[in-house]
Amino acid sequence: MPLALSPTTVPVVVDDAKCIADKGCTVCVDVCPLDVLRISDLTGKAFMKFDECWYCMPCETDCPTGAVTVNIPYLLR
Amino acid sequence: MEDNFVEGLTEVTCDVLVIGGGTAGPMAALKAKQRNPELNVVLLEKANVKRSGAISMGMDGLNNAVVPGYATPEQYTKEITIANDGIVDQAPVFKYASRCFEIIGELDRFGIRFQKNANGDFDLKKVHHLGTYVLPMPNGDTVKKALYRQIRRERILISNRFMATRLLTAKDGRIAGAIAVNTRSAEFLVLRAKTVILCMGAAGRLGLPHSGYLFGTYENPTNSGDGYSMAYHAGAALANLECYQINPLIKDYNGPACAYVAGPFGAYTANSEGKRFIESDYWSGQMMQEFYNELQSGKGPVFLKLNHLHPDTVGEIEQILHKVERPSRGRFHQARGTDYREVMIEMHISEIGFCSGHSASGVFVDEFARTTVPGLYAAGDMASVPHNYMLGAFTNGAIAGEHAAGVAGEIDLPEFDSELVSLERQRVLAPTRRDDGIPPNQLEYKTRRLVNDYLQPPKVTAKMQIGQARLAEVREDLERALVARNPHELMRSLEVSSILDCADMAAQASLYRTESRWGLYHNRVDYPDKDDDNWFCHTLLRKVDGRMVSEKRAIEPYIVPIEHEERTAYERLRVSNQA
Repeated sequence: MPLALSPTTVPVVVDDAKCIADKGCTVCVDVCPLDVLRISDLTGKAFMKFDECWYCMPCETDCPTGAVTVNIPYLLR
Repeated sequence: MEDNFVEGLTEVTCDVLVIGGGTAGPMAALKAKQRNPELNVVLLEKANVKRSGAISMGMDGLNNAVVPGYATPEQYTKEITIANDGIVDQAPVFKYASRCFEIIGELDRFGIRFQKNANGDFDLKKVHHLGTYVLPMPNGDTVKKALYRQIRRERILISNRFMATRLLTAKDGRIAGAIAVNTRSAEFLVLRAKTVILCMGAAGRLGLPHSGYLFGTYENPTNSGDGYSMAYHAGAALANLECYQINPLIKDYNGPACAYVAGPFGAYTANSEGKRFIESDYWSGQMMQEFYNELQSGKGPVFLKLNHLHPDTVGEIEQILHKVERPSRGRFHQARGTDYREVMIEMHISEIGFCSGHSASGVFVDEFARTTVPGLYAAGDMASVPHNYMLGAFTNGAIAGEHAAGVAGEIDLPEFDSELVSLERQRVLAPTRRDDGIPPNQLEYKTRRLVNDYLQPPKVTAKMQIGQARLAEVREDLERALVARNPHELMRSLEVSSILDCADMAAQASLYRTESRWGLYHNRVDYPDKDDDNWFCHTLLRKVDGRMVSEKRAIEPYIVPIEHEERTAYERLRVSNQA
């Protein structure tokens, strides 16, 4: 059984202009209990790789530059 | 952070291994180290200790503080015995109640301040049916930071992003350590230890939330029941699993509603007419049954009512509800345009789970947090001390840490069969050896959808048996076709395996107790009555010769006697003029 991709709109949004992951910051990735954030190889910025969010907000609260926003996942909204 | 598989196996030796860095775990590690600074104490965590577990963002208060002047350990033990329908070994509850005030003082010194009145005394609120135990935490958002500072200061060795998968036991059955796998590389870690303390939280990812979003659970979804599963496979007994956790929540949002925060300000749970239907909002099985009845009735659904309060009071409540524990709640209401000042907020009941923090379903422990496996301890939401909440996790974690350190100081490192490690590596890595198959998210959705369809109350024998048969099919799929394409999916695959174990345990435990008890938690429609003659006892579930077996266990004689009239106090929760 081959696998297919099924698209999903993700709750955690990162403002690339404010994100300093390209300078070595990994705070949001480190604090996420579900480990769903990553730093993009292409842009050097943080992004939500897996739509597995508890919308608990350490990523947003602990971000040193205010680049991260946690929205409520669409299915719950 | 390449998310690629890396081949690797490291062996580490320590004295005390604490698995789970949420609430109970850091306290257990701290106390073990303080009891004997010579010991090597390791704290293993699937996420990152800085922000892991149920109190990732903090907590708005203590639900069960036994503070001199407000309550005594005897009173509290009585309250919990009654709220739990009498199925309680009182010794661990009494021990908690006697020690928790000392722990409050310690947390206060850590910088987690509790609400005090003008005289400088702790300012407790009454929420429970009988006594006064709720203590607000105005700076509850700092809990994890304060804990983290302490464990760093005591030089506890922290191992983040390692997920424990199985416990190791010696030939004589004593605990010998654990096997863990890195969640970003799939490298293995074998941790040999003299004593192991499980602090791995609730089985909170068991039922499926109504929204269908797998991670929208009441409990932090990292708490996927791994501790329950590991204890089971190590041969430990699990107690009263049929006494599920079910919570009243805001509909579609996983934040708790009323009792502990808004209740003391005058808010309450109401029906669609805006009327109270329960006397006490304290979360008991009977309260949940009344809640369920009202939901199903012509006066449903159920609402959180604050719109009769002064706007300033509502503002004060919002300040707490939207700042700590579940701070995204304000955004949820904002998006819906629901303001507490104007409208009642629709509520619903949560998915099911196992959790002693809120109910009584956990790994069986005594008053020293010892499980039935020598050298293995459990504390927090996953251990069987009923209704123990966050302060119970701290206090029982402390008790576990002290005792485990005492034992570890006296024994040699137990030997174990290295064959166990290679077998476990094969089991863990099986989903990574396949090119295609069923991904963990689909397997998880199906398992949890079956839990909702067949195992959640009201419980019906024939339905639960169908559920067992369908779950057995899913297990075959898991063993034959589960596929993980990277270490992250492997973590999810291992979690599905825990979830499936917990689903099987939920069915087995629920079918075994042929009576109804604990209100909605174990409402068996075809055995509607409480049957004290046959079932005034614990049920223990364990793995014997590879099979799941249940047995009865007598309740230890009460330390604090309960009068018959008191015993039924929680059965009279419904507001009388509506009954």
